Amino acid sequence: MTIGLNDYITLSVILFALGFLGVLLRKNTLVIYMCLELMLVASTLALVAFSRFHGMLDGNVFVFFILTVAAAEVAVGLAIIVALFRRRQTVQVDELNALRD
Amino acid sequence: MADLLFYVLGGVTLGTAALTVLSRNAVNSAMFFLLSLLATAGLFVLLDAYLLAVLLVLVYAGAVVALFLFIIMLLDMQGGVRPPFTRATIAAAVAATGLLTVGVLSFVKRAQLSAAPVSSDLPVVGASLKSYAAQLFTTYLLPVQVVGFLLLIAMLGVIVLSKRFEGLEDIK
Repeated sequence: MTIGLNDYITLSVILFALGFLGVLLRKNTLVIYMCLELMLVASTLALVAFSRFHGMLDGNVFVFFILTVAAAEVAVGLAIIVALFRRRQTVQVDELNALRD
Repeated sequence: MADLLFYVLGGVTLGTAALTVLSRNAVNSAMFFLLSLLATAGLFVLLDAYLLAVLLVLVYAGAVVALFLFIIMLLDMQGGVRPPFTRATIAAAVAATGLLTVGVLSFVKRAQLSAAPVSSDLPVVGASLKSYAAQLFTTYLLPVQVVGFLLLIAMLGVIVLSKRFEGLEDIK
């Protein structure tokens, strides 16, 4: 049995779900952020697989843009986390409740 | 051979991703995240996207994970050890993840992707640098410009965010 598109997509879905699980489960902002990146990588894998199994390049080119945007996103997100830590001395999401009361 | 590699790399990707989610220490999480990215780069090689595999290692495993580790150590979150999960959190998270997985997988199964051609019949378009360049500088020229501008904006944003403003009132 050869590995087909279905196997790659299934792998990508499970990876995405694991990232989603991390976002829901963890309280540390940095780990949540890592899990978000994991979800992005999962979608990237799906794009590359679709591209390969249809003999087109467009999916691969999209991965280029996803990589660039992810890099920019990480830089800005981590700057926000550092600014937050400076102000509140914590990065745990259950202690960041300034908007609640 | 390629099949075996797919299973090995896929297993490593999923296992290390799970360990990223579950490990007690934030630094360990970052290290498992790094391993997961490397295995994903291996999967890209299996899909003949060599350039993207190299870029994934350079940009993600190089820059992004290094940045994460830098911030984890800079903030010094008491070792970053997490408290144990509460039962309600586990139940809710697992239920939501299960629903997501089942939903997307049933969608994938109904899309009849198995009818898609096998890779050996198709031209390998993702392997040569030339085809990327041709696409990026013709069809996708405008997105390239937009992404370049986005990087500039992100850089400005980070500079502004990491500057200290003295007169600003605290939101505490």
